Amino acid sequence: MRYAAPDSVSEAIKLLKSEPGVSRVLAGGSDILVQLKTGMAAPDLLVDIKQIPGIYDITQENGGYRVGAAVSGAALGEHAGVKAQWPGVIEAVELIGSTQVQGRATMAGNLCNASPAADSVPAMIAAQAIAHIVGPEGERDCPVQDIPLSPGRNSLAKGEFITSILLPARPENASDAYLRFIPRTEMDIAVVSAGVSLELDSSGVCTVARIALGAVAPTVLLVDAAAECLIGTKLDENALDAMGKACSAAANPIGDKRGTIEFRKDVVAVLAKRAAKIAQTRAGDQS
Amino acid sequence: MSKIHVTTTLNGDQVEYLCEPQETLLDILRNRLNLTGSKEGCGSGDCGACSVTLDGRLVCSCLVLAAEAEGREIETIEGMADGENLHSLQQKFLDHAALQCGICTPGFLVAAKALLEKNPDPTETEVRFWLAGNLCRCTGYDKIINAVMDAAAEMRGA
Amino acid sequence: MLPLKCGGRKMALYTGKRNFKVVGTRPPRPDGIDKVTGRALFGADLSAPGMLVGQILRSPHAHARIKSIDTSAAEALSGVKSVVTSADFDKASNSPNQDALDNCMARGKALYHGHAVAAVAATTAYVATQALKLIKVDYNVLPHVIEVEDAMMANAPIVQGGRRADNAPDGLSENITHYMSFGHGGLDEGFAKADKIIERTFKTAATHQGYIEPHACLATMGPDGKADLWCCTQGHYYVRELCADFLGMETSQLRVTASEIGGGFGGKTTVFIEPVALALSRKAGKPVKMVMNREEVFKASGPTVSSLTDVKIGMTKDGRITAAHAMLRYQGGAFPCGTIEFGLMSAFAAYDLDAVQAEGFNVMTNRPRQAAYRAPGAPVAIYPVEGVIDELCQILDLDPLEVRLKNAARKGTKSSYGPTFDDIGLVATLEAAQKHPHYLTPLGPNQGRGVSCGFWFNFGGNTSVSLNLNADGTVGIVEGNPDIGGSRASISQMAAEELGIPYEKIRTVIADTNSLGFNDVTDGSRVTFAVGLATIKAAQDAVQKMCSRVAKLWDIDEDAVVWEDGYAKPAGPNAGEFEPMSIAEIAAIANSTGGPIAGHHEVNADGAGVSFGVHLVDLEIDPGTGQTTILRYTVFQDAGKAVHPDYVEGQMQGGAVQGIGWALNEEYIYGPDGLLQNPGFLDYRIPVASDLPPIEAVILEIPNPGHPYGVRGVGETSIVPPLAALSNGVSRAIGHRMYELPMSPPKILKTIKG
Repeated sequence: MRYAAPDSVSEAIKLLKSEPGVSRVLAGGSDILVQLKTGMAAPDLLVDIKQIPGIYDITQENGGYRVGAAVSGAALGEHAGVKAQWPGVIEAVELIGSTQVQGRATMAGNLCNASPAADSVPAMIAAQAIAHIVGPEGERDCPVQDIPLSPGRNSLAKGEFITSILLPARPENASDAYLRFIPRTEMDIAVVSAGVSLELDSSGVCTVARIALGAVAPTVLLVDAAAECLIGTKLDENALDAMGKACSAAANPIGDKRGTIEFRKDVVAVLAKRAAKIAQTRAGDQS
Repeated sequence: MSKIHVTTTLNGDQVEYLCEPQETLLDILRNRLNLTGSKEGCGSGDCGACSVTLDGRLVCSCLVLAAEAEGREIETIEGMADGENLHSLQQKFLDHAALQCGICTPGFLVAAKALLEKNPDPTETEVRFWLAGNLCRCTGYDKIINAVMDAAAEMRGA
Repeated sequence: MLPLKCGGRKMALYTGKRNFKVVGTRPPRPDGIDKVTGRALFGADLSAPGMLVGQILRSPHAHARIKSIDTSAAEALSGVKSVVTSADFDKASNSPNQDALDNCMARGKALYHGHAVAAVAATTAYVATQALKLIKVDYNVLPHVIEVEDAMMANAPIVQGGRRADNAPDGLSENITHYMSFGHGGLDEGFAKADKIIERTFKTAATHQGYIEPHACLATMGPDGKADLWCCTQGHYYVRELCADFLGMETSQLRVTASEIGGGFGGKTTVFIEPVALALSRKAGKPVKMVMNREEVFKASGPTVSSLTDVKIGMTKDGRITAAHAMLRYQGGAFPCGTIEFGLMSAFAAYDLDAVQAEGFNVMTNRPRQAAYRAPGAPVAIYPVEGVIDELCQILDLDPLEVRLKNAARKGTKSSYGPTFDDIGLVATLEAAQKHPHYLTPLGPNQGRGVSCGFWFNFGGNTSVSLNLNADGTVGIVEGNPDIGGSRASISQMAAEELGIPYEKIRTVIADTNSLGFNDVTDGSRVTFAVGLATIKAAQDAVQKMCSRVAKLWDIDEDAVVWEDGYAKPAGPNAGEFEPMSIAEIAAIANSTGGPIAGHHEVNADGAGVSFGVHLVDLEIDPGTGQTTILRYTVFQDAGKAVHPDYVEGQMQGGAVQGIGWALNEEYIYGPDGLLQNPGFLDYRIPVASDLPPIEAVILEIPNPGHPYGVRGVGETSIVPPLAALSNGVSRAIGHRMYELPMSPPKILKTIKG
């Protein structure tokens, strides 16, 4: 394996694209180094993007925040502005791994690694985050939910990589939350998770809902049927129960060493309901 | 395979080494630089025994490539004491019997130091969650938490 | 301190001593600074010039005949200096160690996923890994068997032929290797007296000791046949014995040095990679360093047994157990495993029963060879018994601690496994638990309280200690048991107490195998007891010698010299007027009084006292997810005499947390292909700091009659009660009994939903 640390976007694209064998991007490395050890990944070239100018920046943009691809979970968690605007996304990112892993792990890496149980992805999808991609054909923006294709596979072409992720502006009376289930209190891969983003009107009625479920399908499920249960309601018990049932129905999990099918289907409803209530409280607190 | 030449700052001193692309920072610390204080418990970032700080950020050195250390600042357990003078945390670990076999101790000390530098007055819960990435199989964590809380109080001058 | 009569060498069982100066205090440990600075050297921390890296090729199959191994391509790879297979070890020696050898290197058959098949030593890790890929093994894959209930069936795949126990019950498979029974009294009569009888079946999964330090060693074998081995181990003398046997060497040709050890808990009481590293070194003529990675530790070191157990207990309506029966079925991996005996002996040990029987067997499976894990066999034997007793308490509406007290073993009780108990601390721990604020705290919704007793026999064993006096008045103690929990401090304390000198004057080190007589492995909670005992006797030996020198100097009878508070003194005014002499003064003139002065003691120590414990746990279950939160945990345990209370507390807390992991989340998970699915800390889930509350440790002291200070081993008992304590607590919290471990959230949620 070879290692390169280019100091410009164009150089990085060139290295990634022109590598005859397999080329992979290195940002935080908390996924790929584990894969290198186990042999699950054996790239010919590893391109470290951390020398690229601006790759660590967090900037305000049109009322939202653009987060550079190399920003670690720890650094993101220290940013008061992003935390206030998208608490659900932040809490999701902060759940990735241990404090040590937080010192390295990135949203972009978590997204591109395309694990069905990735913690940041349901929250980012609920937030309608947009990835900024550079590549040999130029630059493009892509909704994050179009990045993971199947477990371990993403939609980026050879030579492409993400330079930043935009967390969009959000209106008043809106907020988000993310919950995951793990058997311990830390250190486990999510067995099942739910990211919920809500907008309420001035009387507390839900006008927009996005409910994204993790670890219950090959990729994150954005469940419109669940959202419809909440829209037009004040998230009373009946609405929440209906939403929960819609989540369980949409879930298509596997049974594995981390959880049974039955367990995942049951608990996804519980988590979605709890996350919705938290998002509701947060949205109310903003008014 | 050709080796990569790296210049980095380690415990305040400038250090140079040659490394293979796939070697981790932990490999280099232990096998090239003879700093065996950082331990390999799992090689996959699940146990924290290899904890170091990288530009002040707590990380697992088994999840950092040796090549990535170029131009950075690394602190390991070997840099924690000031000559003969132990850091408060080190002394409190001894006072509270916060170690039995001691293999996880360097990792805990580095991690706890990083916590107290960021948050000098953590609650017990905050300490436990911060240290969740450091596995200990001997102590049940009880005396470790006591030591960290006590060190925090001492460092605050309380 | 009572003055010792020098000249009389009669030693001591428990002396009745209650006032201690050093024992019972909390001095700093001698290895502490090294361990908080990263200076301490563990198994993987040593290197040697010209060192090679050793790696092992492991079976990808759960069960397969090895038809051939072609190592030629690996040997030809540049950088590879030696390759070994089982052909490189002594031929089947019919020694009792054959199983241990075959486990280190497969002979003819790969018996489990991860079983070592070949090994290489090369100039770098990278070359070694490439070399392993070049070794061609021709396997004939065989049907495998993993679970107890499958392996015991008559038509189960046979793991090893010809190993069946002669007394194995008819109709069960060839894989049954041990069958035995303990107990006394008439069961039928006993059950007839009961007002309520229940019979339940329990299942436990295999767990691993989970030490954070993987096995590691550095082996150097010279052309003269002498070898040096550095390794992390709980017993370097045993390592020497096994390795010498496997390599066809005399034991005196092999010097084993124990490194600092990063956890063992029983799992490092045997060998796995050490003989392989030696064989590679011998062939290559260079030092070989071999370190297991975490995956190898899980796959190919020694996990616990898993079990399937039936327990039947009859109780009167006021809580007296009238009869108890247990049928235990253990699997201990692909080799015959005798842990069933400890399980059977410990199952009912806490109780005074007129009619009791524990019977059971061990069965072989295609899994790694079991090694000890803290009170081996006892946790999974006592878990079902304590579970049934708790269920009876619920059914009969009786207080769980009251019922334990009603049936508790005491001094004079004939135990379920044979011996009659001397002074024991079970009643004291139960009474302490009853009075403790924890037990009196009210519980809230979705919360439950679990209670369990626990027990471990503790061992004595072969021990050698040497105690040397230095001219500056300091004392060097040389012992042979790797320090896994702070024992060097405790040993120093006992010596300081006995000699009457400050703790700081003592330096205790662990010698290599050339430098001291034989020592049994650090296990069985034996070190503080047996090495302590030997240290006290070695101190007394040194005292007697010092008194003898002084008597000559003063020209009086030896009888007329006593040792008191660190000084040799005249026994009384009639002996004469002499200035007391300190160790420093006596040692300073040793040259002219006969030469260097040292005490020593070698013994196969007997009289280890059993240690009983009681655990209380309060927990809360999330009814939506089945997750368990532990709210409060208290450990009560009898230490006899706590030499260093910090380390006694540490053992109690550490064992409790291992038991918590065993109860809630830890298990070996196999696929239908017989391959281990979770060989890593991500999916083998040990407790992390945020999972736990503080663990309160309450030490009781009921002196052990077999030790001069009353010391009992404490290291193992504390892993025994948590399994049932957690299970009982969860069962009460959710209102349904649980009968299987681990109680992971999916299982709890499923039980809640009915």
